Amino acid sequence: MTDVLDAPPVSPLGKSIKRTEDPRFITGEGRYLDDIKLSSMAHLAILRSPYAHANIRSIDTTAAKAMPGVVAVYVGADIPYNPMPMAWPAGGSAGIQNNVSTPRTLATDSVKWTGEGVAAVVAETEAQAFDALEVIQVDWEPLPAVVDAEKALAEGAPQLHENAPNNTVFEWTVGDKAGTDEAIDGAEVVVRQRIVNQRLIPNPMEVRGNIGWFNPGTDEYTIWMSSQTPHIQRLLLAAFVMGIPEHKIRCISPDVGGAFGTKIFCYPDYALVLFASKQLGGRPVKWVEGRRESYGSTIHGRDHITYLEIAGKRDGEVTGLRVKTIANLGGRLSTIGPGIPTTLYARVLSGCYKIPNVYAEVTGVYTNTAFVDAYRGAGRPEATYVIERAMDLFAAEIGMDRAEVRRRNFIQPDQFPYDNPSGLGTASGGAKIYIDSGNYEPAMDKALATVGYADLAAKKDEAASRGKLLGLGFSTYIEVCGVAPSKWIGAVGEGWGAAMWESSNIKVHLTGKVVVTMGTQPQGQGHETTYAQVMADALGIPMDDVIVQHSDTQGTPFGYGSYGSRTSSVGMTAAVKAADKIKAKAARYAAHMLEASVDDIEIDGAEYRVKGSPDRKKTFQEIAFALDLAFDAPEGMEPYLDETAYYDTPNCTWPFGTHIAVVEIDEETGHVDLVRYVAVDDVGNKINPMIVDGQLHGGIAQGVGQALWEQAIYSDEGQLLSGSMLDYALPKASWLPHIELDETVTPSPVNPLGVKGVGEAGAIASTAAVANAVIDALSPLGIRHLDMPYTSQKVWAAIESAKGGPA
Amino acid sequence: MGEHISLTVNGTQRDLDVEPRRLLVQAIREELDLTGTHVGCDTSQCGACTVHVDGMAVKSCTMLAVQADGTSVTTIEGLATDGALHPLQAAFWEKHGLQCGFCTPGMIMTAADLLARNSDPSDEEIRHAIEGNMCRCTGYQNIVAAVRAAAAAMRDGAAAAPVSA
Repeated sequence: MTDVLDAPPVSPLGKSIKRTEDPRFITGEGRYLDDIKLSSMAHLAILRSPYAHANIRSIDTTAAKAMPGVVAVYVGADIPYNPMPMAWPAGGSAGIQNNVSTPRTLATDSVKWTGEGVAAVVAETEAQAFDALEVIQVDWEPLPAVVDAEKALAEGAPQLHENAPNNTVFEWTVGDKAGTDEAIDGAEVVVRQRIVNQRLIPNPMEVRGNIGWFNPGTDEYTIWMSSQTPHIQRLLLAAFVMGIPEHKIRCISPDVGGAFGTKIFCYPDYALVLFASKQLGGRPVKWVEGRRESYGSTIHGRDHITYLEIAGKRDGEVTGLRVKTIANLGGRLSTIGPGIPTTLYARVLSGCYKIPNVYAEVTGVYTNTAFVDAYRGAGRPEATYVIERAMDLFAAEIGMDRAEVRRRNFIQPDQFPYDNPSGLGTASGGAKIYIDSGNYEPAMDKALATVGYADLAAKKDEAASRGKLLGLGFSTYIEVCGVAPSKWIGAVGEGWGAAMWESSNIKVHLTGKVVVTMGTQPQGQGHETTYAQVMADALGIPMDDVIVQHSDTQGTPFGYGSYGSRTSSVGMTAAVKAADKIKAKAARYAAHMLEASVDDIEIDGAEYRVKGSPDRKKTFQEIAFALDLAFDAPEGMEPYLDETAYYDTPNCTWPFGTHIAVVEIDEETGHVDLVRYVAVDDVGNKINPMIVDGQLHGGIAQGVGQALWEQAIYSDEGQLLSGSMLDYALPKASWLPHIELDETVTPSPVNPLGVKGVGEAGAIASTAAVANAVIDALSPLGIRHLDMPYTSQKVWAAIESAKGGPA
Repeated sequence: MGEHISLTVNGTQRDLDVEPRRLLVQAIREELDLTGTHVGCDTSQCGACTVHVDGMAVKSCTMLAVQADGTSVTTIEGLATDGALHPLQAAFWEKHGLQCGFCTPGMIMTAADLLARNSDPSDEEIRHAIEGNMCRCTGYQNIVAAVRAAAAAMRDGAAAAPVSA
C-alpha cells in the first residue's frame, strides 16, 4: 500500500517527466507485433498484383500447394466476406453521390493498382510462404492505366469502375459560391495559381502486421494488430466485413512502432489472417508486410491538384478565396478516404484569416494507384499549404510585406468565437462549430524576433556574397484538431454518421494502486506517461501509483482511438471526468467514515477532510482500502472505487502558431539547405512539455520532408517507381537543422485541461513554411511558384530556365 | 537442416543450424528470440537491425547468419551490464530520444559504435554517424542531444559507474 505522505504530492501535471514506457524500449524489451510468437503459428504471405490495372482471368495455385511447408493457398473466391467498409463518404449522407469501390479481402475479378492482393499462401515458415508465392500462376488481362487524377477525369481516360463515371468518386462543394464569385470578379487584385500537393508515403518505422487466431472451442476470434484503432476495427470487422457478432472478436494492439495515420484503417489483411486461422482449425496465422510491400499496399497521403484564386485589395485586405481541388484517392477507397479532402481540408481553407468569401469544389478521383487516406495532419496540411502559398502569392502581387499581409488579415482576439465561412459553422443539418480561441499576432511577433526578420535584407546580401540565394518563409497556421464533437462529425452532411467521443475507466485497487484504461491507443506518443500525469494530478496521488493499461478491446472501454490530435483533449478529458466520479464517491464514503455530511468534505490532493476540522480526515488510499473491503459500507453504497466516464467534446480545439523556415539555395547546383527553423506554437496547456516538443520536432521533420525530398512517384503505367526505402527520400539526421521551438499559451476553453493536441501541428505547419522560403529565395529570378519537392534537379532546372539557360 | 554456426551472443556461446539464406537479423530474432533487434525495411536503409559484430556496428540484415560464424555479437539486450543501463540508454531516456521506440535499439547500437571511436562528437558528427538509421518520430533532434549527453557522461566516467536502471 502506498505510503501516506505528510504533504500532498506535488502535481506532475505540466512537468517534463521522463517517460514510463521508455525502459522497455531502450533495453530491447518492447513488444511489437512481429515480436509475438504463438504456439503452432503459421505464416501468411500475399501475392500482389504486378499490374496497375488488369482483369484476372484465372489463378492456378496447384504448384504452390505442393511446395514444401505450404499449409494452404487462398484466392479471393474462397473468402465469403464483404468488401472493406468505407465509413466516411464526402458530404456524409446529405445527398452527395459517392461512387464507392473498396478492396475485398483478396481481389476476385480485377485489380486497380500494383499491390492489390490476389492470393495468399500460409506455410510453416515465412520463407516457405514467399517461395510458394513464386509459383502461383495468374492469367492476367492487362488494361490501360491512369495514375494522374487530372488525366483520370479527362475524356477518353481508362475507366476503373463501372459505378464511377469519369473515375469520379464524388463532387463536393462548400461555401458561398455566388458571394465568392462576386468578390473575386469585382476585386482589385486576383492571383491565380495551380499548385500540387504531392503524394507521400507515410513510413512509420514499424510496418503493419497482424496475427489472427480463431478459437474453435469458443467460436471466438482474436487478432493482434499494429493499429491505432482496435475498437473500431473490432466493430468494422464484425459488423461490416465478416458478419459475426462484435463480442466474438477481440482486437489487441501491442506496442505500435509509429503510425502517422496509416494504422487507423480497416485493411483486407485483417480479415485474411482471421479467415485463414478459422480455415486451419485455429492455428494462429501471422502476416507482416515487408517495407516494399507496405509501399504498395498501405495507404499513401496527400496527392491534391489545386487551382487557387485569392482576391483582395491593394491595401492588403483579402476578400475572397476560391479553390478547386482534385483529390487522388487511389484505385479503391480506404476507410475514410473521402472525408479527408472534404471535411478535414476544405472547411479550414481560410486558416487563421478573416476572409469573408470562401468557396471550394473538391472532386475525388479514382486512379490506378494505392489508396490515399489520412496521413499526419490529414487534409489540414493540404489546406495550410494552399492558404499559406496563397497569402504569399497575394503579398507578392500587391508588393506588401508577407508578415504585414498576414497581420492585416488575422482573425482578432475579440472576434472569437469565429464562424468560418469555408464551412465549419455551416454544416447542413448538423451542429455548428466555431474557431473558439486564438491570438495570432503574439506568436508571429515572437517568431519574427527570434529569426531576426528585420535584418532579412542584410542576411540575403550576405548569403549572396557566398553564391547562395537565401529565402525566408512563413506558415502562420491554425489546425482543427481534438476531433471531434459527435454532433458535428456525426452529423448528416458532414461526417461518418458515427460518434467520436472518448472513454476512460478508473479502478482503485485495495492497495491504493489506480488502474486507468481508455479507448485511445498510443503509437509512440507516451500516453502511459501523460495519462499517469493527469491521473496523479486529478487524484492527488504519486504517478508511480497509476497503472495505465490500453490497447486491448477486452478490458478497455470502447473508444475511437488515437489520431486527429485527439487523445489529450478528448481522451484524457474522459479520464478526468472518471476521476471526478471517483472523487465524488470517495467523498461520500469519507463522509461516512468521518461521520460528517458529504457537503462538509473538502478534497485537497489525496486528503478528504471535514471543513473546519482539519484533524478529521482520511486519505484517498484509506478510503479506497475501506470501500474496496466494504465491511462497513453505508446502506445503498456499492463497494469499490470503479468508475467509467464518456466524454464528448463540445468543440474541436484550435492550435495555432507561426513557423519560419530559412533556406539557402546554391545557385550553381540548385541544392536547397534548410539552415534555420523557428517554430512558435500555441497548443494550449501542456501535460508534459518535453513530449510536446518531441511531437513538434517529429511533425516538423515530416513536413520538411515533403517540401524538400519526399514524393511517391508512379510511372504512367502505374508502377511505383519510389517503391522502396532506397528510392523514397526519407529525411536523414544530417539533412535537418536544429529546430528552435518557442511557445505562446492560450488554453483551450473547451476542456478542463485546457489542452489542444500537438500530434499533427508540426506536419501541418512546416511544409508551407519551407515552400514559401524556397520561393522567396527564387523570387529575385522572377520565379513565382514551383511545386514540391524542391530537389536539386528541379530547383536547378527552374533557376536555369529563369535565367534563359538550359532547362 | 542447414549450416551449423557457433557464435557468441551477448557474452554467451550459441550454436545454431541455419539455412544458408538466413539473414543474421532473422537468426537473432527468430532462432535466439532476441526481438529487440528490429526489421524496418528490406533494402538495408533503416538501420533498425543494427548490432555489433566483433565490436563494430553492422546492419544485421546485410549479413548472412553463416557469415557470423565465429564472431561475437552484441545486441541491444546485451548493452546494459549487471542490470545497469548503458549511458546511451540512460541518455535516450533522459533526453526523450525516442517516441515509438522502434528505431531505438539500432540507433543506440550505432551511437555506441560512434562513441567508441569519438568520445566527444559534435552535433554534425553525430548526425553524420546516424545517417544510416532512420527515425520517423523524433526529427532526430533529441537523439542528437541524447548522444551528446551520453558522450559527456562517458567522458566523466559513467561507463564505469552506469546509471542505475
